[in-house]
Amino acid sequence: MSQDAQAMLATPGPDLVYREALDAGNFQIQQCGGCDQHIFFPRMVCPKCGSNELAWVKPSGLGAVYSTTVVRRKPERGGDINVAIIELDEGPRMMSRVEGIAPTEVKIGMRVSVKLIDQNDTKLVVFEAAEGGAA
Amino acid sequence: MSHPLRGSTAIVGVSTAGLGACPGHSEMDIIASAAHQALADAGLKTTDVDGLFSCSTVYSLATLSIGEYLGIKPKYSDSNQVGGSSFVGHMLTAAMAIQNGLCETALIVYGSNQRSAAGKLVTMSEPDLYEAPYQPKQPPSSYAMVAARHMHEFGTTREQLAHVAVAARNWAKMNPEAFMRDDLTIEDVLNSRMVSDPLSVRDCCLVTDGGGAIVMVAADRAKDFPHKPAHVLGVGMAHYHRNISGMPDFTVSAAADSGERAFAMSGMTPADVDVLELYDAFTINTIMFLEDLGFCKKGEGGAFVADGNIGPGGGTPVNTNGGGLSCCHPGMYGMFTIVEAVRQLRGNCGERQIKDAEVALCQGNGGRFSSQITALIGTESTL
Repeated sequence: MSQDAQAMLATPGPDLVYREALDAGNFQIQQCGGCDQHIFFPRMVCPKCGSNELAWVKPSGLGAVYSTTVVRRKPERGGDINVAIIELDEGPRMMSRVEGIAPTEVKIGMRVSVKLIDQNDTKLVVFEAAEGGAA
Repeated sequence: MSHPLRGSTAIVGVSTAGLGACPGHSEMDIIASAAHQALADAGLKTTDVDGLFSCSTVYSLATLSIGEYLGIKPKYSDSNQVGGSSFVGHMLTAAMAIQNGLCETALIVYGSNQRSAAGKLVTMSEPDLYEAPYQPKQPPSSYAMVAARHMHEFGTTREQLAHVAVAARNWAKMNPEAFMRDDLTIEDVLNSRMVSDPLSVRDCCLVTDGGGAIVMVAADRAKDFPHKPAHVLGVGMAHYHRNISGMPDFTVSAAADSGERAFAMSGMTPADVDVLELYDAFTINTIMFLEDLGFCKKGEGGAFVADGNIGPGGGTPVNTNGGGLSCCHPGMYGMFTIVEAVRQLRGNCGERQIKDAEVALCQGNGGRFSSQITALIGTESTL
């Protein structure tokens, strides 16, 4: 058992692998070899079935807004911004925001596609309204 | 066969301390005051305590710091931290410890000075790689997105959410300890400053100072204390996620499971409950918990609160102290659900007293709608 545990930790961890790929322009999530389900955020062990056979895959980049809010901020603190929960077409949800439209115009069910932007010297996964617009 | 923990322990001392604003005092000052007062309420002193339960966002080794400060050398110590629900959960652990002879007199205590110290909700620092970069206002934005989804699926309205805030305020007006007791109308709530849509500042709990404590002993000792005991009939726990991105279904909280477990242990049903103390960090919480605990059907919580059921004079009285929305919210409100429930069962609540209250439900909430812990406590007649 301890040898297996060593093996699990012998390569860079999932947070680091995710971050390095993202900064190279590749948004990737994990898919479980035990149950085939996709997961996010990156982990060592599948939260659906307990397997540790997690592989990196490139998602379609498409999804839908599961929920949304407008974080109200004074203009001098950056003004109002959107925060949304995006459900990827592969299944997992992630926090992000929808750009390109007013924060108040982001609606639940809206189809979105992924876009990588630069924020604080690193890449950030955001979304924009996808072709076809509202669901 | 009833569950072995059902009715095995009772709460024989309660107190609040420093509710509202308590400037010039540390968090430990408030904790010590709450502990001293709850023990005095039971006719006890710190030297009688052999089981210590607490947690804190300031003291990461909470029971060590509190034990040292108060001179308590516990035989059983538990700093389990599951957010604001923790203290309701400590009741279950305390019941198990007492039932198994690991300790005899359990003190569960909480205090915070975050209004005076920080002026905002203080949360624990921990890595948050996958949400923090999007700059949500936490915790309001998480609860806001639950409210938004509830509105989307069931047609729940901001007006219905506002009814929760107004009902809490109407109770608070009858509680001398409550922090906000001035008039509040539906229009006031709707017109108040938006924090994170659809939640306005009046949909959000207060930020106050304050503490609370309870003392638990074995049921067979409970008659030896000055006040009418409140018997612990059932406690259930559940959690599915930590951050809001991980909440499996934004319209169902883990209270659906914690409630079922607590009702099963107690052998009771929602129809048996006389008064509810639900952790109302935000107005959406009350609606979700009423649904998840079985007091109304899923999706009908908005209409249920708008029909006047939960305020003074309603058939399902909720948050008779004014709740986190109008009484107090020092960061982890769960303790206050227990203190108010015990006071109702004792019949000590004056103008806001629920007549003949025999069974009370406490709902602890922690994190981002994450940890849910339900407790049912009752008078001697429920044993």
